Amino acid sequence: MIEPYGAHSLAANMPRASAYLAVVGAIVRKDLAVEWRSRQLLASMLVFALLVILIFNFALELDAATRSELSAGVLWATFAFAGTLGLNRSMAMENDSRALDGLLLAPVDRSAIYFGKALANVSFMLLVALFTLPVYSILYNVDLFNAGLLLVLVLGAWGYSAIGTLLAAMAMQARSREVLLPVLLFPLLLPVLIAAVRASGFFLEGLALAYIWPSLNLLIVYAVTMPALGYMFFDFIVEE
Amino acid sequence: MIAARGLGKRFGYRLVLESVNLKVNPGELVVLLGPNGAGKSTLLRILASLSRPTFGEVEVAGSRFPQQAAAARAQIGFLGHKPMLHEDLSARQNLIFYASLYGVKRPDARIKELLNLFDLDPRRHEPVRTFSRGMQQRLAVARAMLHRPKVLLLDEPHSGLDREAITILDGLLRDLAKKGTTILLATHDLQVAQRLAQRVEVLAAGRLAASWRRRQLASRQFPSLYDRALRRAQLGGQHA
Amino acid sequence: MASNSVQPKPRLLSALDLTSVVLMLAATWMVFFYAPSAQPEAGGEAQRIFYFHVSTGWIGMAAFISAAVAGVVYLIRPNRKWDVFSVAAVEIGLVYSFINIATGSIWARPVWNTWWTWDPRLVTATVMQLTFLAYLLLRQSIEDPERRARFGAIYAILGSLTVPLTYLSIRIWRTIHPVVIGSGDPSAQGTFDMTPLMLQTLLFSLLAFTVFGLTLLWHRVRLGWLGEQVEQLRLKAMR
Repeated sequence: MIEPYGAHSLAANMPRASAYLAVVGAIVRKDLAVEWRSRQLLASMLVFALLVILIFNFALELDAATRSELSAGVLWATFAFAGTLGLNRSMAMENDSRALDGLLLAPVDRSAIYFGKALANVSFMLLVALFTLPVYSILYNVDLFNAGLLLVLVLGAWGYSAIGTLLAAMAMQARSREVLLPVLLFPLLLPVLIAAVRASGFFLEGLALAYIWPSLNLLIVYAVTMPALGYMFFDFIVEE
Repeated sequence: MIAARGLGKRFGYRLVLESVNLKVNPGELVVLLGPNGAGKSTLLRILASLSRPTFGEVEVAGSRFPQQAAAARAQIGFLGHKPMLHEDLSARQNLIFYASLYGVKRPDARIKELLNLFDLDPRRHEPVRTFSRGMQQRLAVARAMLHRPKVLLLDEPHSGLDREAITILDGLLRDLAKKGTTILLATHDLQVAQRLAQRVEVLAAGRLAASWRRRQLASRQFPSLYDRALRRAQLGGQHA
Repeated sequence: MASNSVQPKPRLLSALDLTSVVLMLAATWMVFFYAPSAQPEAGGEAQRIFYFHVSTGWIGMAAFISAAVAGVVYLIRPNRKWDVFSVAAVEIGLVYSFINIATGSIWARPVWNTWWTWDPRLVTATVMQLTFLAYLLLRQSIEDPERRARFGAIYAILGSLTVPLTYLSIRIWRTIHPVVIGSGDPSAQGTFDMTPLMLQTLLFSLLAFTVFGLTLLWHRVRLGWLGEQVEQLRLKAMR
């Protein structure tokens, strides 16, 4: 009936690195599976993003002739706000029945949870972008097949997710968490937003790389330092 | 397999556990008995590496905390107050997730085995949200045992279970202990202690108040002995 | 828990109180009567506010950085005194930075003809202010003192690290912020060369504001420590 415990079935035999990656992968798959089942998060993020774009469009009286830099600003403002929905939901799901404890019990370094969550979050953001960009391109007559723009998108979303996941883990343990997250997040997000808007605008206008490089450089720096900080601090945030 | 020396835990300025010295050997089934608020859950969480002790040393499954906590977790099965399940996912999906966290080999077979044992197989594809309290608890116990841990830490595992499930669980625990698993079970229910324990450790007001062997549990005077131990512990606490 | 009981106000602190008042009065006198007025392009009489502006700017930033350093120390070796220090340093920093922004704005009006502009240094100063305001809000939302200290430390560190990144991110725009010390665009409006008298005034102002700031910090730390003692007693009584 019940087999006696045997070493052959324990994770202790797995080499450390692959155990770590297995956990990261499991978390990403799990978050996607949960979302697939309820489809709550993506729908709300998407609707929210579209609404924000439309509001900006009408409030600022923009049209197809708008400068790329301005419309890039609208795009990134949209992602910035929609992103907080994703972050909140992502951490909130672990609050139910203390699922976070279940994650903390995994036999790997706690930073695996951080990377798993951050990767899941960036996936959601990119999925939202996937649906938002066509609307954006129609409104502002923009050619989407711009490798530079997509690069900025990925880098920016990753930087956002890296710092956002860390702060969401903090906010989850505080009062008024939904309001607190944007308050904590936006001041620290500014470098990424500014650089992303500039770089996006420049790529859309087809400017030379020499112009774009400073912004791109900053995006890369941010995209590398934030995960490093997350790796260092996540344990301190979830420990009891 | 479980060794705690001088363990203490403070939350803010409140001392929740004090000078706990506990040892549980492989194959022992020890019941941690105490009223609500005594600190049983806190102690179990510390032993499961979910919580960091303020004072003292912990060693579980040959690994010292916190340096080797990740390695120890591979050998620990923990069941807390809340089931730690993702409500939107099905029973099977939950177990698949935890199996990948722990690196369980041949997960499908193991999951099938446990679902059958706890009579959850017919509803394995339904979301956990639709399960009754008892079913969720059974699934949670299954989750705790999924990776065949050498050490089981269970916090009120019988809560919410009907008579039949209790019998199955009891039999399972006795069987596992006989095969060498170290089991520490926390409860406020004397009857659970009398049924299962080879040894009882009484925890009250954050301190270990008494220790009894199976023979003493069978005696009729056990309940009043227990009451007296509790009263002594409360009085002792007031002098702090 | 072993606690250092709060002693009655140390004599050194009383001496510092007096010293700071004297120094601040002296600095004010120097600013208005000792330093010469600057060229009209730099604002003429309005330029005098420069001494307060620069002093509070540097000290405010130093306060935030020391709060972050205290945060690092707390994470390595958790002791409530580092947390008390951090929150005190942030509060002082916020006050000084606010004065910095306000005096800058007052100076800008006659020189740039505007109260505000989206220049890199101004944006960075604003973001820094918002970041550490967020720090205080974060602390307010957490009940458990140990967690509050831990999260505060982490956020202070994160905040201090992103501020330079924010500055870099907008340096691609040409700055119109006057450059008095250090390299920059010399054609920026409001630039002026410092005469020796001005330099002396600036250094003295720095000294005065630093001493004043340290005095405030000490008072605030004592207040914070007293709060900790009260909290401890309250919880002991509740048991």
